[in-house]
Amino acid sequence: MKNSIVSLKDVSFQYDTQERYALNHVSFDIYEGEWLAIVGHNGSGKSTMAKLLNGLQFPQSGQIHVCGIELNEESIWDIRKKLGMVFQNPDNQFVGTTVQDDVAFGLENNGIPRDEMIQRVGDSLKKVKMEKFLYQEPHHLSGGQKQRVAIAGVLALRPSIIILDEATSMLDPRGREEVLETVRLLKEEKSLTVISITHDLEEAAKADRIIVMNKGEVFREGTPEEIFSMDEQLVQLGLDIPFSVKMTKAFRVQGIELAKQYLSEEELVKELWTSRSNM
Amino acid sequence: MDISLKHVEYRYQKNTPFERLAIEDVSIDIPTGVYMAIIGHTGSGKSTVLQHLNALLQPTKGSVEIGEHEIVASQKNKNLKKIRQKVGIVFQFPEHQLFEETVEKDIIFGPLNFGVSETEAKERARIALKQVGLAEEILEKSPFDLSGGQMRRVAIAGVLAMEPDVIVLDEPTAGLDPRGRKEVMDMFYSLHKERKLSTILVTHSMEDAARYADQIVIMQQGKVVKKGTPEEIFSSPTELVEMGLDVPEVVRFQLKLEEKLDMKLEKIFLTIDELSSAVAKRISRGVRS
Repeated sequence: MKNSIVSLKDVSFQYDTQERYALNHVSFDIYEGEWLAIVGHNGSGKSTMAKLLNGLQFPQSGQIHVCGIELNEESIWDIRKKLGMVFQNPDNQFVGTTVQDDVAFGLENNGIPRDEMIQRVGDSLKKVKMEKFLYQEPHHLSGGQKQRVAIAGVLALRPSIIILDEATSMLDPRGREEVLETVRLLKEEKSLTVISITHDLEEAAKADRIIVMNKGEVFREGTPEEIFSMDEQLVQLGLDIPFSVKMTKAFRVQGIELAKQYLSEEELVKELWTSRSNM
Repeated sequence: MDISLKHVEYRYQKNTPFERLAIEDVSIDIPTGVYMAIIGHTGSGKSTVLQHLNALLQPTKGSVEIGEHEIVASQKNKNLKKIRQKVGIVFQFPEHQLFEETVEKDIIFGPLNFGVSETEAKERARIALKQVGLAEEILEKSPFDLSGGQMRRVAIAGVLAMEPDVIVLDEPTAGLDPRGRKEVMDMFYSLHKERKLSTILVTHSMEDAARYADQIVIMQQGKVVKKGTPEEIFSSPTELVEMGLDVPEVVRFQLKLEEKLDMKLEKIFLTIDELSSAVAKRISRGVRS
C-alpha cells in the first residue's frame, strides 16, 4: 500500500504581475519513498509548485498536505524541517563565509548540539565529495562545487523529503551523476522521498514516476515507460526524449526490429546483442 | 580578430596564503571566424581561461594577444575598453545582470558606454532584438516582466548590440528547457555563420561541442590536454574515457555496442543517424555471411 506523504488538492496559484494562472487546479499525490520527477518546459508551473511545497508561496485556493499536516503560515516551520529544498542557482543560497559554515548554518538554526553538528557537516560534505574544501570561501568555488555544498547543507538536516529544483542543471555530467547517485543512496538508506523538478529527461527516465506539467496543469502522469511512449508529443511540449529512445527510433528507421522503447543504453545494447545472436 | 594565449598561467590571490593555481601553461590560438569549444569538468580552469579572453584577468605568467593588443604578466594595461568592446562575453545566467527600467534602456547601456550615439544605439537594439528572435514590442517593457527565456535573450541582445568581433559564451543554455536550449544554440550558430562572428563556447557539453564547433580544446586540472577538430578529438574515445573525460552520448553508445557485440565499426560516428545506418549495414552483412 502506497502512503501519500504529500498531497495537492485542487491547488491554484497566480503571480500578482501575471494574468495567467501559474498553477491551475492541480491535484496529485506523492508517495512515501518514491522518486518523483516533475518535468515541463520553462514556464510550465513546475518551479511554482516547488515554491508552494516549501511554503515560499501560498496557493490562492486548494490545499497542500505534507506528512499529514496542512501547509499554512502556522505549520510552515514544522513542514520545512521535513522537507529540504535545493535550488537551481547555488549563489542565491550560499550564506556561510566558508564551506563548513554554510553547511552548519541550517544546523545552527535548528539548535543541533555542536559535536553532532561537526559530525554532520563532515558526513554530508563527504557525501557530495567536498570534504577537502571545508575552509574554502564560496567565491573560490565553481558553480558545480557550490551546488554540491548546497546539497550537503540540506542533507545535514536529514529531512524526510528532498526537493531538487533543477538542482543539477548547472553541474557537468559527472558532477550531476555524482550528486544524483548521492541522493539515490540517501533515498535507499533513509527511505527519503525525492521530488526532482528537472529538464533532464535522462534523469527523469530513472525516476519511479513522472509528472509532465504544461501551462500550469498536470498534462500526464505515469511511469517513465508510459511517459516516453508519448514520443514527439514531448518534443512539442518543449521537452526532449532520452538518448536511448532516440537511438531505438533511428534503428527502426534502418529496418532493425526492436521489441520496445528502451529507457537505458544498456537495455538497448543487450537487445541488439540478443537479436543478433538469434539471427 | 585573432586571439592567442601563449603559455598563460593564472594564480588566484598570488602571494597570499590563499594562493591557488588555476591554469598553467595554456596556449590556445583562436583565429578569426572560428567556432571553438572549450570543454572541461567543473574546476578544470575553463572559466579562468574565459576571463583572459577580454582581459578581465591578467595572466600571472605568459601573454594574451587580442587583436593588436597584448596583455602580459605584471605590466599595467591600457585601452582595455577597446578590447571589451570587441570581445563580448555572455556569462552564465546573463539575465541576472539586467537592471534597467526597459528592455531598450538595458540593451543600449553597453553601446552608450562605449561612446555610441543614442540614435545609433537604439537602432542597434532593434537589430539585436531581432537577432535573438524577440519582437520589437517588448522594447518598452520592463525586463523583469519577461519570462526567464526572454530575459536571457534580452541579455544576449545587450552583448550583440556592442557589435563585437568575438563572442564568448559561458554555458549559455544553463537552466533552459530542451527547446530553449536548441533555439539559443541554433541562434548563435547562425550568427556565427552569417556575421562570421568568432564564437568561443565554454561548456561541459560534449554534445554541443561535437555538433557546433570547428575546433575543440579540452581542459583538465588547469591544463590543455587535447586540441583538434571534433573528428580528431573523438576518433580515439577510449583515450578520453581513460583520462576521465566524457564523450558525446552517441560515441559512448557506439563503444558499448562494439564491446558487447564484439565488433568494430569503420570509424567513430558523431550523429545518431550515421551510427544507426552503419550498425544496420553491419548487422545485415552479418546475416548474409
